[in-house]
Amino acid sequence: MDAVMQASLLGIQPRSVWTITRLTIRETSRRKLLLALLVLTLVVIGVTLFGISKLKTISDTRPLTPLEIKAITSQILILVMFMFSFVLALSAVFMAASQISGDVESGIALAILTRPLSRADVVLGKWLGLTGLVAAYISGAVVVELIGIKLLTDYQPPDPVMLIVYLVAETVVLMTLALLISTRLSGMAGGVIALGAFGISWIGGIAGAIGQAFANDTITRIGTITQLVLPTDGLWRGAVYSLEPAAMITLFRAAGTAGRSASANPFFEANGPPLAYVAWVVAWIVAVLALTVYSFRRREI
Amino acid sequence: MQAASSALHTLNLTKHYRNAAALTDLTMTVPRGEVFGFLGPNGAGKTTSVKLLLGLARPTSGQAWVLGAPLGDQGTRRHIGYLPELFRYQGWLRAREVLSLHCELAQLPRSSWAAEVTDALLTVGLEDRGGDRVADFSKGMQQRLGLGVALLGNPHMVFLDEPTSALDPVGRRDVREIIRKLKARGTTVFLNSHLLTEVEQVCDRVAIVDHGKVVATGPLDDLLSSKVGVRIRATGLDREGVDSMRRFGRVVEADGWISIEGAGADDVPELVAEMVRRGARVYAVEPQHESLEQRFMSLLGGEKEETTWTP
Repeated sequence: MDAVMQASLLGIQPRSVWTITRLTIRETSRRKLLLALLVLTLVVIGVTLFGISKLKTISDTRPLTPLEIKAITSQILILVMFMFSFVLALSAVFMAASQISGDVESGIALAILTRPLSRADVVLGKWLGLTGLVAAYISGAVVVELIGIKLLTDYQPPDPVMLIVYLVAETVVLMTLALLISTRLSGMAGGVIALGAFGISWIGGIAGAIGQAFANDTITRIGTITQLVLPTDGLWRGAVYSLEPAAMITLFRAAGTAGRSASANPFFEANGPPLAYVAWVVAWIVAVLALTVYSFRRREI
Repeated sequence: MQAASSALHTLNLTKHYRNAAALTDLTMTVPRGEVFGFLGPNGAGKTTSVKLLLGLARPTSGQAWVLGAPLGDQGTRRHIGYLPELFRYQGWLRAREVLSLHCELAQLPRSSWAAEVTDALLTVGLEDRGGDRVADFSKGMQQRLGLGVALLGNPHMVFLDEPTSALDPVGRRDVREIIRKLKARGTTVFLNSHLLTEVEQVCDRVAIVDHGKVVATGPLDDLLSSKVGVRIRATGLDREGVDSMRRFGRVVEADGWISIEGAGADDVPELVAEMVRRGARVYAVEPQHESLEQRFMSLLGGEKEETTWTP
């Protein structure tokens, strides 16, 4: 039995994976959820760009200097990106959480899984489809927002490419978790669990930063552990770091110990994630996907 | 040997869910090209069996081979068609797109898709609805579509789980016609049904399953015993005469009729001769046939007392 399982685990058929990927993209893109997300995103981009365009005249006494505008813009941008990442996390969770459970419950899975494809093909196909959608959405939204800001204020965050990478990775991590849960639980339960985990990771990150500021090892360890168990918050901090102008970080470093507590603020990060952390995230995604395949293979339809 | 040459071979296939036994020691062989009926009441273990055979669920114990390959073999599924009892297809796709998707999943050569899809739509009578969304289909049309999906690519074996559950009489007749065509083409058909008439009309052999156990299996004619009884209306037979009938079977007297249970049509001439020899006047002789339904009920241990005697 195990030999059979391993053989077909390796026997992933790219053709079947691609069929499921296309099906997932088609199915998800025609959902109203995606349309709502798109409209909401455009509204947010419109409102923030409008607000930023009014920054020059915000003060009664004197117009803001370009430097002040850039400083304020950088902080607004972080908040906007947080909003993007949060809404996207919600959407990704609910899109992924019903992927497998939904097909099984409706009966659609019966006709598909009796075709000559493996359950690994199905899991990978769905994951690739959702990842593609997430990447396309984030790239599009971030690029439009950044171009608008660049035109209005001439401000550009230090590392827009890494920003997109971190945001995509954060969402994909959460989506992968939701997909794993969807092999066992219904969409609603899976969505709630994945979002709960997302919240815990976020709070854990803040706790860890507080622990660090006050040199409390136990609390620091809690933060580190949550960032390893569910790397969403660690990746969010990577995204914040890539949005942080160098001047802000210099300022923070100059502030010394007192400034370090600023790290407890989930909207500030002085250090980018180390390479080891990025490697961990990749390993985490691969491991959870493997677990998803295993769990789905064990699932009786 | 049987495992390799037959369309289906199972050995003590057993499936337990937490506390309940869904299927116990299913051992049977279905030769290639046969239309095999798997008959039983709801909850007897029919769908469980099909799911085990298709690799959707794992057996608790036992073994099985489908088209010569052990359970769960991925390559074999290329040659298998399946209409689930719970038939559901992507509602947001058009019927034609669902069929194309399954051509793709079944790994049929791309050049054949268009013909396969058109053929399937025609076979199941949906040729005018290929461009409509499945979500707008009635239950019956969705089941027809499911049947079309199961027939794609000329499978060697087709599993049909209650294929007419949502169909009207015309649809039922169409399905019987499709099954006959499949048989003519040499396709093995595994038909799950609780409808006796359906099975009676198309199946070469049946297995009757109840509470997860096969209670009878064989050609329909064998299952339907012809020696059920003979009913005779006669007068002038004395007690001794009635007793003499016992050598033909169990004798029951009611309303002027003498029923000899267990006697067959072959016994009628001798029975009548004996009665007449003993001075009886015979008015009517009716050999009894058990309907499949009665046989079914008696096999399932239903109320035997209620078995009605019908000519």
